[in-house]
Amino acid sequence: MTHWSTGSPAAHWSTGSPAADWSAASPAADWSVAAWTAGWTVVADWLGAVSLVAGALLSLAAAIGVLRFPDTLSRMHAATKPQVLGVLLLLLGLSLRLRTLADLGMVVLVGIFQLATAPVAAQMIGRAAYRAGRVDRRLLDADELAER
Amino acid sequence: MNDLLAVIIAGLLSVTALLALIRLYRGPSLMDRVVAADMLLATIVGAVGAEAAINRHATTLPVLVVLALLGFVGSVSLVRFAAREQP
Repeated sequence: MTHWSTGSPAAHWSTGSPAADWSAASPAADWSVAAWTAGWTVVADWLGAVSLVAGALLSLAAAIGVLRFPDTLSRMHAATKPQVLGVLLLLLGLSLRLRTLADLGMVVLVGIFQLATAPVAAQMIGRAAYRAGRVDRRLLDADELAER
Repeated sequence: MNDLLAVIIAGLLSVTALLALIRLYRGPSLMDRVVAADMLLATIVGAVGAEAAINRHATTLPVLVVLALLGFVGSVSLVRFAAREQP
């Protein structure tokens, strides 16, 4: 974050002639294709970095939930977040920083696997936890498996 | 920017993996351990992907595919094993 402090406007205004400093501070806009592509890669890099950090933060929040929640079903509820949204955000950041079509195909494959397999595993874990009696009934609003 | 990003993401994902390991150690039943192991594997998928994103290489992308399938197979087989153990 050093370029924010060096590029502060007070440093330019204190040097005397404002016109010369203004033209030096903002050069003429370059509308060529090469400049546009360079700007796009910078934006994609920053968006990728933001999604990587967001995915890692979501994984951390889910880990706190897995550690703190009282029973198996609420822990499953917390553990779903890094499995789906956290991994998808991290894969979005990965594809925004790699920017190749072949890598994008592989990353989409990983995302589809996560999206397709997480509900099946969660269903099996939840049903097994219910049958083993690992459910805190005071935390349930409705028990739709009670009469079966 | 890359160094700062690497430090931030390594710290966040390390704490995530540590908390999942604590739940894996403490979990009162096998189901809690399966949930924690599944979350630990999702964290590892995220960590491998973040490392590939920071260093801009694509050599570990097949590892991501294998890990995404391995988590499913592992948790489903463990739950089947546990369901057979219970009366």
